[in-house]
Amino acid sequence: MAKVGLDGHDRGVKIVARLLRDAGYEVIYTGLFQTPDSVAAAAVDEDVDVVGLSMLSGAHMMLVPKVVQKLKDRGVDIPVVVGGIIPKKDIERLRQVGVSEVLTPGANAQEVVAVIERAISNHRMGAPVERI
Amino acid sequence: MEKILANNRKIWEKAFVASRLRDADFSTMSGIALQPVYGEENSEYPGQFPYTRGPHASMYRSKLWTMRMFAGFGTAVDTNHRFKEIIRAGGDGLSTAFDMPTLLGLDSNDPMSEGEVGRCGVAVDSLADMEDLYSDLDVSALTTSMTINSPAAVILAMFVAQAEKRGIHRSELGGTLQNDILKEYQAQKEFVFPPRQAMRLVRDTIAFTNAQMPKWNSISISGYHIREAGSTAVEELAFTLANGFAYIELGLQAGLKIDEFAPRLSFFFNAHIDFFEEIAKYRAARRIWARWMRDRYGAHDERSMKLRFHTQTAGVSLTAQQPENNIVRTAIEALAGVLGGTQSLHTNSMDEALALPTEKAVRIALRTQQIIAHETNVAHVADPLGGSWYVEALTDEIERQAEVIFAEINEMGSGSMLDGVIKGIEDNYFQGRIADSAYKLEVEFGKGKRIVVGVNQFLEGNEDDSIDTLEITSADEERQLKRLDHVLRSRNQAQVDEALAKLGREAADPTVNLMPSLIDAVSTYATLGEIMSRLVGVFGRHVEVPSI
Repeated sequence: MAKVGLDGHDRGVKIVARLLRDAGYEVIYTGLFQTPDSVAAAAVDEDVDVVGLSMLSGAHMMLVPKVVQKLKDRGVDIPVVVGGIIPKKDIERLRQVGVSEVLTPGANAQEVVAVIERAISNHRMGAPVERI
Repeated sequence: MEKILANNRKIWEKAFVASRLRDADFSTMSGIALQPVYGEENSEYPGQFPYTRGPHASMYRSKLWTMRMFAGFGTAVDTNHRFKEIIRAGGDGLSTAFDMPTLLGLDSNDPMSEGEVGRCGVAVDSLADMEDLYSDLDVSALTTSMTINSPAAVILAMFVAQAEKRGIHRSELGGTLQNDILKEYQAQKEFVFPPRQAMRLVRDTIAFTNAQMPKWNSISISGYHIREAGSTAVEELAFTLANGFAYIELGLQAGLKIDEFAPRLSFFFNAHIDFFEEIAKYRAARRIWARWMRDRYGAHDERSMKLRFHTQTAGVSLTAQQPENNIVRTAIEALAGVLGGTQSLHTNSMDEALALPTEKAVRIALRTQQIIAHETNVAHVADPLGGSWYVEALTDEIERQAEVIFAEINEMGSGSMLDGVIKGIEDNYFQGRIADSAYKLEVEFGKGKRIVVGVNQFLEGNEDDSIDTLEITSADEERQLKRLDHVLRSRNQAQVDEALAKLGREAADPTVNLMPSLIDAVSTYATLGEIMSRLVGVFGRHVEVPSI
């Protein structure tokens, strides 16, 4: 779970991290003020199955594609899920740049977990989902 | 409640009669004349220690709360227009929202600023932007609030410089600098320097404004952000006042006398959706502050003991689903602020969960305040809920629970609230409690134990998402970059370099007040980023240890 860019609002990312942890996932939270590069580096170092980005500042169209690209540059194919304040018109645009799933306000714990599971399983094209 | 011996009503009456009143008819709509406040002979009254019922004897009969709408987006020119729209619509104080790069002391052309310029507030890179921001606004007549923390001293320097450039002396400036760095580590996370070094800048601003800007509130000690981050009402209150006590100790350690600077500390609370809890919270806040100022810190001047606060309705209570419902939530929350005796109020717009507000949404939010002020007559009577068995019991209980937290923090600081707060920040005490409370609330929402209309119940209407929202585009960022480029190329670089060098030398000497050098530096059009960078070189940069 990462906060990329200058947005310091971390209530949501911490809650989602706990929800996922309570659902049995091992969660690494990068902390605030990450760059697309540092997020990709952490994802590779920690060998994660999915990258979750919390975006509330309106900078998602600038930063999210860069995260996706940096992961590709490192030769890994890790699905990216974005959550936060994403206007409807940007959801499809994010999918087009390679984001697997977008979570918007009001998603509850079950929905969050389901979206993460779907991102992982779609990515592996039917391979069983393994939880650490 | 304290046992009071004399005839308090008579004492209150004397103070009330000496107050200047607004020109209004203080009766009900049906013509029943209303007393300015209700109570018994020996109950507590507003304007009387410990000020549970309000800081002034006459409260809103003398002056309504300031309708201070928080605004900022795009470039300084864009925000200047929005300020003027708000004033035209009836707002009577300015409140400035800066963008993320500015809040973190970065220029618009910093690599980290890409995609962020003007999106969450106005971009300010140099004095040139501040000049445009307040252009044609009489900052000697209107009070101005600026929500800025790590770079607060620099932004204050720019505000002073732009005013003096057009003939308004710093001593005439009225307003508030948020400048509450402690809550940044706890909640809002707009920190730059490490805590102890950051406190030096707070000390400098308090000492400077104390001496040279008598109408200026040096800090807005804030609970709003703590609550938005997920704390309970008691935690919001206790953490805020604890931070307040820490700033008092900071001022005392800097050699100031408490009655010299405490009167100009102000507060900023959240108005959340649990109506009565919020009203009780404000009353408990005033009572606690008054007692601590007099009994723990030895204040004699009653102005040091009177807690004054700004309120903002809770952004976090508003929903993306069925956004028109937010008008209702905001109205109820605003009413709580008013019944709690706030001095200043911002009401959120209905599109809060979606984007920065449109002009129309802001207007509705301002009209909400005007309807409360002019149609409901709630402002005719001070502390109207005083004496309610419910509200008095809730006030007492909130106070009691807050005192438990103060004792914990005091213990962490071995008898110093300043040390206790700093240690608490270093040990993740505040951040952890806030995250725990946030998670607990989320679990309750998830289980349906707490209902939020449109989110976990009453979902019909969610599919109708036809409201217009404000869009900030990359064109706004490009315009700001051009503005910045122009400033960089038109200024006298030698003057800038000299001013920055002087600032760096003085920053390294903790006995020097940096405000004069900051005013000099901003006047050369040194940028915010250049100045903050120089200070980071001396103070270091805070890195938060991530935790969930």
